[in-house]
Amino acid sequence: MHQLLQQIFSGLAAGAVYASLALALVMIYRATDLVNFAQGEMAMFSTYIAWSLVNAGLPFWAAFLITLAVSFIGGMLIERIVIRPVENAPILTAVVVTIGLLLIFNATAGWIYSYTLQEFPSPFPDRTLFGALMTTRDVGVIAVTLAMLIALFCFFRFTATGLAMRAAAQNPESARLSGIHVGRMLAIGWGLAAAIGAVAGIMVAPVLFLDPNMMSGVLLYAFTGALLGGITSPVGAVVGGLIVGVTENLVGTYLIASQLKLTVALILIIIVLVFRPNGLFGTAVVRRV
Amino acid sequence: MAREAGTDIALWRWAGAAALIAAAVVLPFTLSNYHVFEATQVMIYAIAVLGLNILTGYNGQISLGHGGFFAAGAYTAAILMHRYGVPYWATLLPAALVCFALGVIFGLPALRFEGPYLALVTLAMAVAMPQLLKYFDSVTGGNQGIVLVKPLPPPGIGLDRDRWLYFFVFAVLLLAIRAAANLLNGRTGRAFVAIRDHPIAAAAMGINTARYKTLAFGVSTLFTGVAGALAAIVIGFVAPESFTLFLSISFLVGSAVGGIATIGGAVVGGFFIEFVPNFANDISEAAPWAIYGLAMLLFMYIMPRGVVGTLGPGLAHAMQQFRSARGAEK
Repeated sequence: MHQLLQQIFSGLAAGAVYASLALALVMIYRATDLVNFAQGEMAMFSTYIAWSLVNAGLPFWAAFLITLAVSFIGGMLIERIVIRPVENAPILTAVVVTIGLLLIFNATAGWIYSYTLQEFPSPFPDRTLFGALMTTRDVGVIAVTLAMLIALFCFFRFTATGLAMRAAAQNPESARLSGIHVGRMLAIGWGLAAAIGAVAGIMVAPVLFLDPNMMSGVLLYAFTGALLGGITSPVGAVVGGLIVGVTENLVGTYLIASQLKLTVALILIIIVLVFRPNGLFGTAVVRRV
Repeated sequence: MAREAGTDIALWRWAGAAALIAAAVVLPFTLSNYHVFEATQVMIYAIAVLGLNILTGYNGQISLGHGGFFAAGAYTAAILMHRYGVPYWATLLPAALVCFALGVIFGLPALRFEGPYLALVTLAMAVAMPQLLKYFDSVTGGNQGIVLVKPLPPPGIGLDRDRWLYFFVFAVLLLAIRAAANLLNGRTGRAFVAIRDHPIAAAAMGINTARYKTLAFGVSTLFTGVAGALAAIVIGFVAPESFTLFLSISFLVGSAVGGIATIGGAVVGGFFIEFVPNFANDISEAAPWAIYGLAMLLFMYIMPRGVVGTLGPGLAHAMQQFRSARGAEK
């Protein structure tokens, strides 16, 4: 029982990271109808930036905040410069562009920082709580993720820009007619997604060790979580990410060893999707004929 | 006037096709062994991408899992050749049937899913395949894979191994293109496209969408599976690590770059997948994949509908202008 709770809790901590990246994926999907395959690599690159700042002597949380700002601006620039040209092209074209971005970020990080594993400092002391039930690191990761989610929720719910962004995502034409600069909203959306990804990367780096391929597995789980929750639902992304984290951990511990863990987890999730083809919280796309 | 125009285009098409075929026949005698091998690879990828084009381009069902079906075809051929001594040319049909069956089995639950959800389900196939291949190592040789003997050309032909295999694959490619063209230009193809563009209208017209969507999946995986079998024969080696998620993504990229709803685009895609990574390596030793990624971006910016998708209508338009200008002169 104790081990089960332990595994569930550490699964939640992993899930928090997946949830963050899944939330970034959902944000971009809602805004541009596009699955951003490069989300993981962008997060990895941001984590390297944080690592460089920490290595240069900055305290952790200062590096954290600066990295968030840099990622936000970077995300905006990417939307403007890289994605804007294929805005009106078929979706697959834009998807290939994000795949290209994925490769560019991965290779550039490898070129600048090399492929050796690097240690990334954890801001949380290494202690266990509640009789070895959970570690402070896990609690810290969940707390940071929760704080970020609350901040985002307040932004979208209570600020004018948040409202404008929601409008732009839901109905760009009407939003334009209401005077909302849709292009700018898209750019902000990408910026926010990049910043969220940076948080995910920084939270997971102490565990996975920093290297250019750190986020590829995380992206897969985040994608799964986002779809499990419903690609159109931010709440779904978070719930989905957490469920995937816990499932992955439990499957790995109780069912099957590392090799087939991913396969089994995916199959379980697909079974859920068969009963709810739009994800747990997703809305079915209703088309007018 | 209209009849003239139609015959005109048809004539040009035949001339173009004949020229390409002639060039392809002459090519292996002008290249080194390794380049002939590379050209054979291009054709194998072309068949695989053609399968993906049928499913994603003509029927609108996205697949991130075609690397897995490629692997299924490759391993079917490899196991038949290695364990049961089946001659290489006889492995194509079983590989085709196995992959068709797999595609139909996959296509049935896939009916429930749209867009990104379907992408995830197919992605699961791509991810699961290498892991399953490693797991059932008694049959598949596990991590080490299966080493095969490269087939000898039939006696009296006068070609060496590499060139014989080139023509063997070329024959299969021509067959595949002919079959795809027949399928896609006929009733089935129109049903596919109708389902892609407006599923509700298609159903209202009496098209059994479930049947045709499943059929599209099966046919698509059949093509890709045959390509996989050819790959096993030509390379002489199969291992789980050759069939990663990256292969599936490469097929998708090749498909998009060539032109997703075209047949000729598959060949362009094959070229892209085979040569651009090497080309990128020549440009930058340090970060070749970055150049590959940049190449993808450039192709998508300049030709958003793929090479054949953009140039094809462009060429037809230019010919239209030319003909009407000439007609006006008369």
